[in-house]
Amino acid sequence: MDGAGKVKDVILIGGSAGSLPIVMRLLTGMPPDFSASVIIILHRLKNAASDMDQLLSRIAGIPVEEPDDKTRMERGRVYLAPANYHLLADEEDTISLDYSEPELHSRPSINITFASFAAMYGSRVTALLLSGSNSDGAAGLKAVLEHNGSAVIQDPLDCEYPVMPEYAAVVNPGVTALTVDEIDRLFKSIVL
Amino acid sequence: MSELQEISNTELGEVLYIILQYYGYDFTEYSVASLKRRIGRFMELTETRDIFELKYKLINFKEYFSYFLQTVTVNVTEMFRDPEFYRDLREKVLPTLAAYPIIKIWHAGCSTGEEVYSMCILLKEAGLLNRAYIYATDINPANLAAARSGIIPLSSMKAYTQNYHLSGGTQEFAGYYTARYNNIIIDKSLLKNVIFSRHNLVSESSFNEFQLIVCRNVLIYFNRALQGKIFHLFYNSLAPKSFMALGLKESLISSDIKNQFEVVSAKSKIFKRKM
Repeated sequence: MDGAGKVKDVILIGGSAGSLPIVMRLLTGMPPDFSASVIIILHRLKNAASDMDQLLSRIAGIPVEEPDDKTRMERGRVYLAPANYHLLADEEDTISLDYSEPELHSRPSINITFASFAAMYGSRVTALLLSGSNSDGAAGLKAVLEHNGSAVIQDPLDCEYPVMPEYAAVVNPGVTALTVDEIDRLFKSIVL
Repeated sequence: MSELQEISNTELGEVLYIILQYYGYDFTEYSVASLKRRIGRFMELTETRDIFELKYKLINFKEYFSYFLQTVTVNVTEMFRDPEFYRDLREKVLPTLAAYPIIKIWHAGCSTGEEVYSMCILLKEAGLLNRAYIYATDINPANLAAARSGIIPLSSMKAYTQNYHLSGGTQEFAGYYTARYNNIIIDKSLLKNVIFSRHNLVSESSFNEFQLIVCRNVLIYFNRALQGKIFHLFYNSLAPKSFMALGLKESLISSDIKNQFEVVSAKSKIFKRKM
């Protein structure tokens, strides 16, 4: 099977407070055809009726999908972790959702998704950790690096809320820190 | 922190084999991603160092397995979880159920009972509680014991009260329970037609015919093949034109019997058996 839709590279984007404008920037001017599968994990308010997927779809000009459980991932697609669920990489390129306890007060948890994709996709993973004000994401980046994936944090000096990337840099000394402009250029080049 | 031990597929298979052989619980068709994470978390909580120790203790210590079952299966629930879902139940399902002289409801995977209590409150407010029979089942005996007790930590009630009102509830929510110290106890008259019993969706068959089956955020822990089997089980357990409610992110898309159901609410994942 040649599998036109089969997952090739995976780009994981994790963010909390202050990250939405950056995610919007990254999704602006997406190339019409790209080969990566993009997974976005944002900390969101529970029970707040949210049309985040529609908002991001309008900006990206392509559908940004909140996947149902066991959705088969495809290349050239953008997936947004639904509120109140952890998002995991499962067998046969499917996404599994999980309603277990929040981790670090977060569900979706960036750590859980990053670690799960790192174990499944190894060096095919690039993880971007953006602005935020809690410690989620650091352990996930560590897992990505341990599985030979690439990890980038938003430069804390270029962040509205620097705690999250700062903490990730403490846990992962020497991790690449880039400005928003640089992350945008990197994203646009690797998503192809 | 979440630096859990990673488990290989081979190791997972060995652990699941032991559980099946020694305790009769079949986890072999559960979602691999979710199981690995839950087992890793269990090992962290119990300070189990490696898979060898895990297997040794599972074989030799029954209590260790009980805690394994309690920890690895997810028991996270709320009263009126996803308030919009309960609004749809009120508005789109209960009016149809009202036509039946006896209403049979199966709540499969009821966990510690919070959503069962919620259903009873809805039925009471719709004037249907006296002719509704609710079969609330779960794989886990500890969950059922908690569910039967009707006890909930007081600290949860603020969020549950808010959920109740968001779901369209207009009564005084505190009228449904009594507070004692740090807990509340649900008004037992609400539960008089509820039968809590142990049932394993994976290995047991249908036991009745229902007008409504509620099974929310249970199937997400199963792989696609097992999900498919459970959809057949539900289909065969529903009377014609009866309802099935899933979790908000669970879907029939990959099931071969999706065409046997019509969609009542796409957003709330409420379906209706066609004939």
